[in-house]
Amino acid sequence: MQDRPLANDLLAAVRRFLTDTAMPQLQGHAAFSARVAGNVLDILAREMALAPGFQKAETRRLRELLDIAPDTHVDLLELNQQLCAKIASGEMNLTSPGLRDHLIKVSMGKLAIDQPRYQGYKTAQANNWPEEESK
Amino acid sequence: MTHPTEKSPEKTQAEAFASRIDAICRSQFGAPVSNLKRLSGGASQESWQYICDGRAYVLRRNPHGQNASTNALPKATEAAVLEAAAAAGIAVPRVSYICAPSDEIGEAYVMEFIEGETIARKILRDAEFDAVRPNLAHQCGEVLAQLHQIDVSALPELPYSDAAGELEKYKGFLHQHKQPHPVFELAIKWLSDNLPPDIRASRAPVLVHGDFRNGNIMVSPEDGLVALLDWELTHIGDPMEDLGWPCVPSWRFGQHHLPVGGFGQREAFYAAYRANGGEVDESSARFWEILGTLKWGIMCAVLMSSTFESGADASVERGSIGRRSSETEIDLLRMLLEQD
Repeated sequence: MQDRPLANDLLAAVRRFLTDTAMPQLQGHAAFSARVAGNVLDILAREMALAPGFQKAETRRLRELLDIAPDTHVDLLELNQQLCAKIASGEMNLTSPGLRDHLIKVSMGKLAIDQPRYQGYKTAQANNWPEEESK
Repeated sequence: MTHPTEKSPEKTQAEAFASRIDAICRSQFGAPVSNLKRLSGGASQESWQYICDGRAYVLRRNPHGQNASTNALPKATEAAVLEAAAAAGIAVPRVSYICAPSDEIGEAYVMEFIEGETIARKILRDAEFDAVRPNLAHQCGEVLAQLHQIDVSALPELPYSDAAGELEKYKGFLHQHKQPHPVFELAIKWLSDNLPPDIRASRAPVLVHGDFRNGNIMVSPEDGLVALLDWELTHIGDPMEDLGWPCVPSWRFGQHHLPVGGFGQREAFYAAYRANGGEVDESSARFWEILGTLKWGIMCAVLMSSTFESGADASVERGSIGRRSSETEIDLLRMLLEQD
C-alpha cells in the first residue's frame, strides 16, 4: 500500500500549478504546449479513475462474445486480438449478437477518458448510445 | 560550461537560414529580405513568411530542409502542379521561385503571400466569416470540378493511388503495430467489401489534391475561398477522394451537423461540382469519407503514437494526438451504422 498523498491529489496539484502559476508566465509555442500538457493531465486523471472499471467490463463482455471457458485465463490484449481476427475473417459483424453494443461501449469508454468534449461523443450520447460500464 | 555571450547552436542555425533567404531575395528579386518569420502550424511542412522589395512571400520547405518524406512530392513537382492549377484558373498561390540545391536550404519553393484565414475554427466561428460561410460548400464543389478537369497528360509525373491501394497501405500501417483495434478491423472489412470500381476502368484518373479539407483552404471575409493550399499529397487518382476527405467528421471541428468541413451540406457541395462539369458517384464519395476517417484514426493510433514512443518526436503534442484515435472509432461506428 502506497503512502499518502493519493496519486490523484498529487496530479490535481500539478494541474493547479500549471494553470495558476506556469501558464500565465508562458508565451507563444510554450503556452500552447502547456495547454496541451494540461489536457494530458486531465486524460490521466480520468484514466486513473475510470480505466480499472472499464477494463473489467470490457473483459467480461469479450469473454462472453468469444465464448471463453470460465477457468481459462486470457488477458485483455489477447481477447481483443481474437476479436479482431473474427471481425477480419467476417465470422463476426455488427449483426452478431452483442458485438454492436460491445464496440459502442468500448469506444464510448475511450472517449470518456480521452476527450469527453468531442462532438461525436456528445452526438452518440444524444442518440442514447450506452456508456461504458464501470465493472 | 557555457558562456552567456556565446551563441546557441539554434541561433547560429537561424542566422545561417536567414542569410540564405537573403541571398535568394537579392539574386531573384533584387532586394534584401526583411520581416522573416516562421508561420505556425504545419508539422509536415515548414512555411516562412518574409517581405522583399515591398512584397510579401511565403517559402515552403520540408521540415529542417530535409529531403521529401516517402509521402510528400519533390518540391519542384509540387510547384509545377501549382503552376498548372493556376493556369486552369484555380485560386492557388503563384509560385515565384523554385529553390536550387545551391541555395542550400533543402527542397523548397517561394510563393506570393495571400491574405486570408486557414484556421478552421476561426472560419467556422468568427463573425467576420458569417457572410461567406454559407457559400463555402458551393465554392469547394466549384474549385474541385475545375481541378479534376485539368489535363493530366500535361503534368509532370505524379504518383498514382486509388481506393484499393490506399486501403491496403493503411491496413499495412495498422498491422505493423501489435495493438488490436476491433473498430478499425470492422471498417477495413466494410471498405474491402464495398470497394468502388477500379478508377482506371470506370472513368479516367484525374489530378487529385489529396488533402482537400477545412484547414487547407484559405478563406477571406470578403470573397470566401481565396486559395487552395498544401499540395504536397497531390497525385493521380479517384476524384471522389477529394469529395470524401473534407466530410470526415474530424474536419468538421465541432460542427457535426454540417458534413462538408463543418460549414455546409453535401447537397450544395455536390450540386456545385456537377454544375461545373463534374460527375459525382455518391456511393464512392461515401466510401472515401469512411476510408478517410479510418486513415485519420490509423494516423493517430499508429503513426503518431509510434513517432512518440520511438522518441522521434516525444513532445506532449505528438503524444496527445495519439489519443485522438478514439474520436474516429465513434465516428466510424456511426458511419457504419448509417447514422452520419
